[in-house]
Amino acid sequence: MGPSGLLLALGLHLAVCSRPHRDYCVLGAGPAGLQMAALLQRAGRDYEVFERESVPGSFFTRYPRHRKLISINKRYTGKANSEFNLRHDWNSLLSDDPHLLFRHYSQAYFPDASDMVHYLGDFAKRLGLHVLYNTNITHVTLDKDPQAWNGHYFILTDQNGQAYRCSVLLVATGLSVPKLVDFPGSEHVEGYESVSVDPKDFVGQNVLILGRGNSAFETAENILGVTNFVHMLSRSRVRLSWATHYVGDVRAINNGLLDTYQLKSLDGLLESDLEYLALVKDSKGKFHITLKFFLEENNSSQSVDSIPLPEDDNDNFAMRVAYDRVIRCLGWKFDFSIFNQSLRLSSGTEFSKKYPLIRASYESKGSRGLFILGTASHSVDYRKSAGGFIHGFRYTVRAVHRLLEHRHHGIDWPSTEYPITQLTSSIIRRVNEASGLYQMFSVLADIILLKENATAFEYLEEFPMQMLAQLESLTGRTARHGLFIINMEYGKNFSGPEKDVFYYDRSVAHIEDAWRSNFLHPVIYYYRHLPTEQDMRFRPAQWPLPRPVAIHHIVEDFLTDWTAPVGHILPLRRFLENCLDTDLRSFYAESCFLFTLTRQKLPPFCQQGYLKMQGLSSTKSLWQHGVESRLLQDYTAMEDSSSRLGDHPSAPGSLTQTLDSNKEEL
Amino acid sequence: MMSSGIGVFRAGVALLVMCGFSKSAEDALPELSPEQYFSTLQPGKASLAYFCQVGSPSNSVFLEELKEAVRPLQDHGISVSKVNCVQEEASRYCGKEEGLMKAYLFRGSILLREFPTDTLFDVDAIVAHVLFALLFNEVKYVTILEDLHNIENSLKGKANMIFSYVEAIGTPEHRAVMEAAFVYGTSYQFALTTEVALLEDIGSEDIGRAHLYFCHCELALDLTERCRRTLMEQPLTTLNIHIFVKTMKAPLLMEVAEDPQQVSTIHLQLGLPLVFIISQQATYEADRRTAEWVAWRLLGKAGVLLLSRDSMDMNIPQHANVAFRRAEKEVPVEFLSLNDADLIVSHVKNNMHIEEIQEDEDGDEEGPDLAIQDDEVAETVYRDRKRRLPLELTVELTQETFNSTVMTSDSIVFFYATWHAVSMAFLQSYIDVAIKLKGTSTILLTRINCADWSDVCTKQNVTAFPAVKLYKEGESPVSYAGMLGTKDLLKFIQINRISCPVNIASIQEAEKYLHGELYKDLFSFTSVSVLGLFSPAMISAKEHFREAGKQLRGSVVTGVYSEDDVWILSNKYGAPLPAMLLARPREGRIESVPLASTSMQDMAQILANAPLEAFPEIMVENLPAYLRLQRPLLILFSDGSINPQYRNIVLALMRQKQLDSFTPCWLNLKNTPVGRGILKAYFGFLPPLPQLLLVNLHSGGQVYAFPSSQSITEQNLRLWLRKLGSGLENPITTLSAQEWKPPLPAFDFLSMMDAPMSQPPTKKVLECMKEKGVQESAEQPQGAPLTTRRGPAEVLRIKHWNKSNWPKEAEESSQHHKEL
Repeated sequence: MGPSGLLLALGLHLAVCSRPHRDYCVLGAGPAGLQMAALLQRAGRDYEVFERESVPGSFFTRYPRHRKLISINKRYTGKANSEFNLRHDWNSLLSDDPHLLFRHYSQAYFPDASDMVHYLGDFAKRLGLHVLYNTNITHVTLDKDPQAWNGHYFILTDQNGQAYRCSVLLVATGLSVPKLVDFPGSEHVEGYESVSVDPKDFVGQNVLILGRGNSAFETAENILGVTNFVHMLSRSRVRLSWATHYVGDVRAINNGLLDTYQLKSLDGLLESDLEYLALVKDSKGKFHITLKFFLEENNSSQSVDSIPLPEDDNDNFAMRVAYDRVIRCLGWKFDFSIFNQSLRLSSGTEFSKKYPLIRASYESKGSRGLFILGTASHSVDYRKSAGGFIHGFRYTVRAVHRLLEHRHHGIDWPSTEYPITQLTSSIIRRVNEASGLYQMFSVLADIILLKENATAFEYLEEFPMQMLAQLESLTGRTARHGLFIINMEYGKNFSGPEKDVFYYDRSVAHIEDAWRSNFLHPVIYYYRHLPTEQDMRFRPAQWPLPRPVAIHHIVEDFLTDWTAPVGHILPLRRFLENCLDTDLRSFYAESCFLFTLTRQKLPPFCQQGYLKMQGLSSTKSLWQHGVESRLLQDYTAMEDSSSRLGDHPSAPGSLTQTLDSNKEEL
Repeated sequence: MMSSGIGVFRAGVALLVMCGFSKSAEDALPELSPEQYFSTLQPGKASLAYFCQVGSPSNSVFLEELKEAVRPLQDHGISVSKVNCVQEEASRYCGKEEGLMKAYLFRGSILLREFPTDTLFDVDAIVAHVLFALLFNEVKYVTILEDLHNIENSLKGKANMIFSYVEAIGTPEHRAVMEAAFVYGTSYQFALTTEVALLEDIGSEDIGRAHLYFCHCELALDLTERCRRTLMEQPLTTLNIHIFVKTMKAPLLMEVAEDPQQVSTIHLQLGLPLVFIISQQATYEADRRTAEWVAWRLLGKAGVLLLSRDSMDMNIPQHANVAFRRAEKEVPVEFLSLNDADLIVSHVKNNMHIEEIQEDEDGDEEGPDLAIQDDEVAETVYRDRKRRLPLELTVELTQETFNSTVMTSDSIVFFYATWHAVSMAFLQSYIDVAIKLKGTSTILLTRINCADWSDVCTKQNVTAFPAVKLYKEGESPVSYAGMLGTKDLLKFIQINRISCPVNIASIQEAEKYLHGELYKDLFSFTSVSVLGLFSPAMISAKEHFREAGKQLRGSVVTGVYSEDDVWILSNKYGAPLPAMLLARPREGRIESVPLASTSMQDMAQILANAPLEAFPEIMVENLPAYLRLQRPLLILFSDGSINPQYRNIVLALMRQKQLDSFTPCWLNLKNTPVGRGILKAYFGFLPPLPQLLLVNLHSGGQVYAFPSSQSITEQNLRLWLRKLGSGLENPITTLSAQEWKPPLPAFDFLSMMDAPMSQPPTKKVLECMKEKGVQESAEQPQGAPLTTRRGPAEVLRIKHWNKSNWPKEAEESSQHHKEL
């Protein structure tokens, strides 16, 4: 080997050394990136966040264009429980700092987007998160290395050619690329990202908006009052959030146009596939809608006026008027461009093409150690739950962090161990306050792992339920003796884009009809064994989980307060008792005392409380209620029955005496 | 005469009643003209006729009932007819206007009684009224006690009487009594009342229902002697009365000398069990007395026989003194060893009880109401929810005030959740503590509702409720681990006022400490104080002792003396260093325990056991502490304070090391009334007190009773224990080893979801889901998961709980498990 070879080797070596290494690299300092950073920071991990702009949450500096966030900022709930209050706080990230709650940043129910920018800036600053601003990662590739945690490193290169080496890559770049459509004349279409937001620019105009999502409605809402009319065109019917329970569908706050459409005030909604359309600009600069194949039939060299229009044949064609402007509000998609092919990061199915393909653990199917966080991870629960939004992904990010803590640092999924007597109350507590279960319903679920003989259990919070089959390897916990899964669900047949969700009798009040509950309510599944991968794959249609041994629905509650002793707690206890084949009632010490001396076995409550000298004494007033309800017995009153015995034909006392002396000889 | 005329039919009637009464007889009601009717009347034969006008609207409801009464009345030899009067006919029964509404009872052609149809409201009323009229002389109607005594007196030494109370004339019970009177009227005197006061006068209980007594007046040979009465316990039906009377007729006691499996008596035919008192020549007289006593108690419930062991070459187990044979053929004879006549009676009654319960299962189609609260704590807390507690006596903490409060003052924090019943029950005791300590405590009493401040509680490591923690400045918080009640919590708070362990500065102080003079006020809570003695150099032993003391902080008062002159105490109390002294100032006793090479855990164990007494009064609070010793309990049940004589006997035996393998203790029923429930579970009734019992809780669950015929003396007790030791004694009962199963099934939502959506919601229940192959005793619900069909055993269990009276259930099931 010549000197040049040595030089080359040296050069390579230098190049390797000049790439700083991080255990965790987070792409993007938006809400998801910062949430992950906060968790890594608290766990004391080696991490870096890369942000191409100079501030966190740069998306919100520009979007939404009309500046009104549609995530609610509910500042008052009438409750002190901070975990419960997160159920109605859609903007805050999770942290231990009570100052970092969004309600301190905005008074508005629908806050301004700049408040979000302000909030995210404070979040990063107060927690001292490591963020490299103005660092635009332009390329990501893999470097195989058997020493690496995942068998490879992720090599990130920024706009200056600086490379970084990462063991784990957490992509939280959101959906940053506007979705475009390609049809003849699409060059005339203005985009949501650049269209004017000043209503004055639309005075007296005919406007066509392509799209049916919140950005389309938001745009329409803004100009509704000054235009001649606004028409909205989209492939499928409008989906209303209050009908689908999906926050990504059109929210009531944006639906002013629906009102005016249904009241025949010139505005309207139309359904057609954008793929078949064509846009023709006439001599006056107005736009006409036609169909693509009309253009194909004719020679494109023809003059504009001679292009056939649908209304030529069909004189009541809906879009026969000419438009002054056509605006595209079709949403965004994930930026796949920076990822090298070796990462095998592909887009999802037809249904969720705008998202990268990931597992329910948020790990890429293509490369181990590559996780997608935040809005871009919404393929897991697209149109189902809240994983594409701050109030949902703050919990899924935490779940990913817990998986990583176990995988790379040997820290098992956090759990609390309780005696079995706490089973009912631990569930009641969580269904009444847990925000992660509530927001990420049917995605994250609480898991109860029973210990041998069901004398104790471990409680795991907010596990990604679709990964149930891998629970043991993902959490480090064992599930050998049966498990319960606590999920929140809407009624199976309740919601949908075409359903009337206000139908009469929609609420269910009887305990035995709990399974028909329509609104979000807790559902508990019981399995004797951990479901396998196959069980998960072949689960019944519409079921979030495989068929359990038994299932329990806690009846929906108007106040989402599931603490009624007979309506909620008692049926739950009966369910748990029958699953475990034991008696989970609580008893006063006096009852335990009686059982201890008259039976060889004790109910768990006496065994784990009374026998450990922690029996529950009753007070006078409670005892009296107990006697009245006949659940407790007044033993002082038993004297009467003994004197009654004396009334029998012959006094038993004297007779017993003589009998017993006889018995000796028998 | 009339009574003999009826008598002809009597023999047959009994059979008919037996075999045919359940058939609904739809016999035709003959319709006759008045002329035809009167021509058919035979002398001495009774007939009931309903006269009505042809063409006028007839009383169809009455006619229906009358039609039904045809068959039963015919069975008693009474014919029934409908007589159609034609307008012009001038029979006096037709003629009257109100005659349309009346039925007439004739004997031959003599009119006995006329009945307005509204008194004959149904078939029972028709039969009852007609028989009551016919048996006017044989069934005496009485209204006051004197009447009854007069009848009794007239019968003494001659005949027996059947006396019954029915709520009203014409009820099904009245009919049953009249039908019995029809059959047995010549053999027994019948008396009947509808006066509930009379029933009360003779001392009946449960007066809400009909009663029937058999009065054994024939046995009363002298006017001053009262007639013995036997109450029929079954409901008053014709069949039950028949069975009852049959058993009264049977000899009270029979003597047999054959295989009990071969013996046949009327009892077996009637479905009643047989009890054999096993006798031998030597004890014949006594056995016969026992048997007679048992026979009286079981009269009407079982047959009692005296079985001679001598004249037989069959194998009766040597220890057995009673044999029990169920009426069912296939069940083998059970040999028992019962050393108390009451036990025989309760055994029979318990075994009958099952049958009774199973009998009335059939009609029980409706499932149990799953929404009835069967958790005593949840239910009592719920019922008490509107009572206002003086919560203001404790400081309510919030997220904002928690840290500043517990850091600035010594505080007790009570962690609870408002929806958690056990927490709320304990909160009442906590408030009681606050009331007791009002204005006296240096420790701040606070509480925090974890339903509101969940993360504050989580940060304090409180995830299960309720919890109590003591926060003292400069120390890590101490968790309370005692009873969830006022007494123990108060003790914890009081003992924690002093440091743990207390550093004793001088010999004088140590002596005061050991004699209970140092912390006088604490001795109302604790009976023992512990002093560790160490020479100044024994640093590690001292440290272990301190740690052990801290572990038991709040339940035991501990002190340390470690000055140079510690040897003075060491010599005085014969305690080579290191050592601990257990002082019981109230008893004036000081024991020493050497601590050389004792581990910290062992020290903690010694400290935990320090408050245990040699012969304690066992109470709800202290039983678990004594159970930790894992020895059988030798309990003396006493109504009130224990007789000092008994205490001395037990203490004497303890000194002789006779009781080392037991935990001797006593129970004061005045302080611990639940002891009655325990005795009832052991004996089936409340035995005379005092009762000395040996309860083997930890292995086998046998309960042995010291023979009540013997007086409790040192000698007798020692002998009894020796017999127990050599296995010569039989347990009076064995405690149930039954597992605690779900009290009720749950809703089976899974199968409801499986059912087609169109079906209206139906209430289904989820049965216990058991792993296959894991099957417990026969009483447990078996396999067959998720089915709505329930086997009889399961229904039985549900039925028990449905009575929502679990203490009773617990007793019953423990009795079922008695292995006698």
